[in-house]
Amino acid sequence: MSANTIISLPDQGTAGVPKKNYLTQENGLLSWLLTRDHKRIAILYLLTTGFFFVIGGMAAAIIRLELLTPTGDLVASDTYNKLFSIHGIIMVFFFLVPIAPAVLGNFLIPMMIGAKDVALPRINLLSWYLFTIGGCVELYMMIVGGVDTGWTFTTPLSTHYVNTNVIAAAMGIFIAGFSSILTGLNFIVTIHKMRAPGMTWFRLPLFIWSYYGTSIIFVLATPVIAITMVLIMLERVTGIGVFDPAKGGDPLLFQHLFWFYSHPAVYVMILPGMGIISEVISNFSRKRVFGYTAVAFSSVAIAVFSFFVWAHHMFIMGISTYSALVFSLFSMLVAIPSAIKVFNWSATLYKGSITFDTPMLYAFGFIGLFTIGGCTGVMLATLGVDIHVTETYFIVAHFHYVMVGGMVSAFMAGLHFWWPKMTGRMYPESLGRLAAVILFIGFNLTFFPQFILGYLGMPRRYHFYPPEFQVLNVFSTAGASILAIGYLLPVLYLIWSLKYGAIAGNNPWQATGLEWQTQSPPLTENFTVMPVMDHEAYDYEWLERQTLASQNLENQSQANQSQVRPKETEVPRAG
Amino acid sequence: MPDSPAMTHGTQELANSADPGNAANSAHPEHPPYLLHHFESAGQQADAAGFAMWLFLLTEVMFFSGLFTAYLIYRNWYYRAFVAGSHQLSVVWGTTNTAVLILSSFTMAMAVWCSKTGRRRELTLCLTLTFLLGLGFLGIKGIEYHEKFEKHHVPGRHYSLQSFLYPDSDAAARAAGDRPLPLDDARHTEVYFSLYFLMTGMHAAHMVIGLCILGFMILRARAGAYTAGHATFVENFGLYWHFIDIVWIYLFALLYLISRH
Amino acid sequence: MNHISPVIYQFLVKRLTDFRLFPPEASKIAPQMDALFFFILLVSLVGLTAVVLLVASFSILYNRQRHPVAVQVEGSTLLEATWTIIPLGLFLMMFVWGALIYFRVYTPPPNAMNIYVVGKQWMWKVEHSGGQHEINALHVPTGRAVQLTLISEDVFHSFSIPAFRVKREVIPGRYTTVWFEATTPGTYHLFCSQYCGTNHSQMTGDVLVMTPEDYRKWLAGSTSGASLAQNGERLFASLSCAACHNARPDARGPSLANVYGSRLTLANGQFITVDEAYLRQAILNPSQHVTQGYAPIMPTYQGQISEEGVIALVEFIKHLDSDYRIQQTLNTTDLPPGSEEKAAPAGQAPATQGRVKK
Ligand code: HEA
Ligand code: HEA
Ligand code: HEC
Ligand code: CUA
Ligand SMILES: [Cu+2]
Repeated sequence: MSANTIISLPDQGTAGVPKKNYLTQENGLLSWLLTRDHKRIAILYLLTTGFFFVIGGMAAAIIRLELLTPTGDLVASDTYNKLFSIHGIIMVFFFLVPIAPAVLGNFLIPMMIGAKDVALPRINLLSWYLFTIGGCVELYMMIVGGVDTGWTFTTPLSTHYVNTNVIAAAMGIFIAGFSSILTGLNFIVTIHKMRAPGMTWFRLPLFIWSYYGTSIIFVLATPVIAITMVLIMLERVTGIGVFDPAKGGDPLLFQHLFWFYSHPAVYVMILPGMGIISEVISNFSRKRVFGYTAVAFSSVAIAVFSFFVWAHHMFIMGISTYSALVFSLFSMLVAIPSAIKVFNWSATLYKGSITFDTPMLYAFGFIGLFTIGGCTGVMLATLGVDIHVTETYFIVAHFHYVMVGGMVSAFMAGLHFWWPKMTGRMYPESLGRLAAVILFIGFNLTFFPQFILGYLGMPRRYHFYPPEFQVLNVFSTAGASILAIGYLLPVLYLIWSLKYGAIAGNNPWQATGLEWQTQSPPLTENFTVMPVMDHEAYDYEWLERQTLASQNLENQSQANQSQVRPKETEVPRAG
Repeated sequence: MPDSPAMTHGTQELANSADPGNAANSAHPEHPPYLLHHFESAGQQADAAGFAMWLFLLTEVMFFSGLFTAYLIYRNWYYRAFVAGSHQLSVVWGTTNTAVLILSSFTMAMAVWCSKTGRRRELTLCLTLTFLLGLGFLGIKGIEYHEKFEKHHVPGRHYSLQSFLYPDSDAAARAAGDRPLPLDDARHTEVYFSLYFLMTGMHAAHMVIGLCILGFMILRARAGAYTAGHATFVENFGLYWHFIDIVWIYLFALLYLISRH
Repeated sequence: MNHISPVIYQFLVKRLTDFRLFPPEASKIAPQMDALFFFILLVSLVGLTAVVLLVASFSILYNRQRHPVAVQVEGSTLLEATWTIIPLGLFLMMFVWGALIYFRVYTPPPNAMNIYVVGKQWMWKVEHSGGQHEINALHVPTGRAVQLTLISEDVFHSFSIPAFRVKREVIPGRYTTVWFEATTPGTYHLFCSQYCGTNHSQMTGDVLVMTPEDYRKWLAGSTSGASLAQNGERLFASLSCAACHNARPDARGPSLANVYGSRLTLANGQFITVDEAYLRQAILNPSQHVTQGYAPIMPTYQGQISEEGVIALVEFIKHLDSDYRIQQTLNTTDLPPGSEEKAAPAGQAPATQGRVKK
């Protein structure tokens, strides 16, 4: 390997953030609202999803406060029902599903594969608008009185019994659904068609593999929720009888359609996290991920298997025992790729050179919490146990462990890891570590008692509950307030770092991904020179040689005051 | 991945490069105006757009598959009601509409060809014909819907079981030789009509969207936008149009021809 | 202390004393379910410990200070296979064990005593075959298999008894069943665990498990007079079912005696075993399954009988072991209205009881 593969960077002192970058290239609100730059769209998504997280979080805060006592002291039953419905709908459809794909995916996928942008930048902007419009419909729904069906919209309750704003809620999800579809479509096309020369499938970072799996789910599953929401709306408006048992319709059909989307969607809420964790673990142990191929294929396996397990949400609903068997078996099978990943991450640490920076702490948190959440998932997939714990707080604990403990931790890891790339500045490291620890402790205190509550039999979506469950609920609420601090802290110091953070430089973590081989924050079209991939992913030795060589070059260029020019390379572009 | 050798360039200049020193390095031989900044070649761009369109059609398949699943389940449960319901549809109108759509698919295919071979006038003509045929399809659908409305076959509060309980009072049922359905069967015809309106309605919504795009394309085609060597848009729209056509053929078979083997 | 805050006082004094971490085991299936649960818990703990140990020990052994330069290790097919196959094996064990318990919970033994439960927003109505009605309570004896036949009048509910480890969705338009055998007398929670609207969290009640003697006493003390089957008989008469199901040679409908539990041949050639769900369907959607040899002339009673009425009819048909009783009802319907009292067995409840009230 010779010096001619070095990617030259515009001269960038350590004095400040580069003057010219995607954030400063154009100014004014309009330049943001009409941008087609994938990085700016990612920032737009970060702001909107962050906004929805605050709304969902406030609903969670009131829920937890209310559950401090066994009777309804704070809000009425109707309000409580609206709170958890809004919490679920917002957190799932407007926070966790879009957050990782649309923020980190948009920002990083083109850079990681060495492209200037996603394949369809205008469609990308359209996705953001659809998402925002959907979100506004949802806000409208909340303002005019909310919805109280739960995030699962069970028929015939949602279609014939409640008189809240189901139509608006469904409409918002319908519209935002197209944003998911278009984002997924965009990513697949980008990953297929926009890879830099030399970037073969097996040189892709594992991040890309997991986002590829995510996109498959987006493209195949989201249309089904779209049509399901249309059916709900029409059934409410016109009284057609597709889900109405009184007219011969089958209310279980709704659940089949809903979970056909929503089960794969839960993997949309974890696969990106797995991609992030692969990057972070590899980087902070300075090692190539153990068993690259296994981890890569397990992402695709999860995406594919996820389409065959949906009825595990309906084990007690009177589906035939034989289909219950099949769905239980497939749920066991879908857990295997996850186990493979967890073990491979652990093995990656072996003989590494490990540091414990903030992203790494979050990644450790992820591994622990996701394993607990996943193992309880396996309990739920076991037919017998599910009978007892379904529809109880055991489920609530299970999915918060995988979604909040898993995905939100992973997202925090990713956000901290790529924050220097996104903004050009470092966050205060010690505060970062503190927040990671607070989050971990607060999280466990909040949701671990809920496993016990669930096994004791406390049903979910309960406003009033028998007094003997109070102690555990008090623990849970106490944990939630610690958790809130754990979220608030990063918000504060990340904002602070925008102005006062140390200058990050191009590659503060000495990471190998292509995204780190350009300036921070990057230029509008990412690279000044079209990158060429001539090494495997996570090749830290390549990076070392590269750094040495560029140091030499720098010395040279300082010596003879001349411009560095990259030479052309002939690396075949593989398919 | 089938890529042209032109794409193996190691370096490439950026439209608004940060570093003007690089500009001389890689002047591109051909850089047509429609080539978007982030693609390296027109081939790559067309490739990506076509791939995206096929993926989009896949999502459309999933979209309709929800309805088809519902249809298959209920048809299995309520076969007699579905047969009686389908006798209320006019096979004549349905066949006409199928013919209209297939014809429009043909004119659309011609349009793609015109666009590729750079025939501007003919392209405009083909697109306009497609537009008119699409409109004709919706018109006929409107007539059919109107008929259903008059006979109170629109599901909901005003749904009437008359034609199924007393087929003698109904011309269409009499023509098909229907016997009176028991009340519970007759009630299930509402499920049939729910699905009928849902499926054809979704299809019609796709037609309407298609017509809007088509109208826009006609205007641009007259200005010569698609005949200057860049047929991707017309081609991809053609895929969409054929897809709608195929969906209709399924709908026609499933909804109109249930009891005609 | 009371002056600080009554809420906190109550919390500290009362709640902290009756605090528990594990639900009571009050049915035969409960220990079996718990055993499975603890098995999975154990496996999970082992898995979790393995992962945590790996991560922790590597973090200590290979941190930057101790191990400044990483050694690249590519991967190992053997290891990969190990941690694919071992979890797979464990998961398959859980799957089989879980499936066995699932079948046990949802396959009632043939001699089980049947209790009907109707769920509606937001209460449970329990009907014993002796005619005892309960609201938001369920009395059961120990040592006897009890089958619940559940149906909802409106939305989805779910009938959950944590102490028994059983739960079943209660669905509109369809019977579902679950069974248990209670072992320990006491009062246990009954929850509606499927979200069903505003007062979902108050759709709760008590399950009272009694010794067989107590239960017998309770049954005797709370009967409403007519048994479910007797109510059904009255409905059968007042809806003139016997106009067709009269077991005469020229009857338009099949004889219903002993039809419960038998295997019927349907007009389309299928076979079907008659259970509660089938009887319900036959009354509400008769054209759906037409018995071979008969015309689909039976009218639907959908919208005319309430779920409780259907239950009474079903119970009546279940207990119909000869056509004699039908001949009797036939006679009573032929009689002038005033003389109905005489023929109706022990009738306090009006004959229209099961009808839908508009
Ligand atoms: C991010 C989201 C996410 C993820 C990743 C998962 C992952 C899994 N989930 Fe979860 N699930 C939800 C979100 C998620 N779930 C939500 C939101 C609900 C409730 C919806 C509602 O009703 O509102 C739900 C509900 C739910 C149910 C329905 C319960 C019910 O309603 O009755 C079931 C049942 O099978 C289930 C199973 C699983 C399984 C088997 C996995 C597996 O993929 C987990 C695999 C992972 C592991 C197994 C851990 C790693 C393994 C090891 C480290 C190996 C060592 C361990 C052993 C050897 C045991 N989930
Ligand atoms: C991605 C998903 C996601 C996330 C992140 C969360 C986060 C949290 N959830 Fe959520 N939850 C769901 C998804 C999620 N949840 C779903 C799908 C349901 C099911 C809904 C249904 O049944 O239909 C559910 C249900 C649910 C319940 C059960 C309600 C019931 O069944 O009755 C509870 C109860 O404790 C709960 C608690 C919490 C808590 C304490 C957090 C905490 O992690 C949140 C902590 C965050 C904050 C507190 C916000 C951060 C703070 C600020 C930005 C400052 C401003 C705020 C204040 C000043 C208060 N959730
Ligand atoms: C007009 C005549 C008629 C009346 C009135 C009628 N039935 Fe029927 N019933 C039939 C016929 C004919 C069948 C067999 C064909 C079928 O299954 O639909 C039948 C079948 C049944 C069956 C299925 C058992 C079997 O052997 O197929 C049940 C149960 C039943 N009826 C109950 C009732 C009850 C309860 C009522 C009154 C509430 C009632 N029927 C009123 C004609 C009638
Ligand atoms: Cu009934 Cu919840
Ligand atoms: Cu699932």
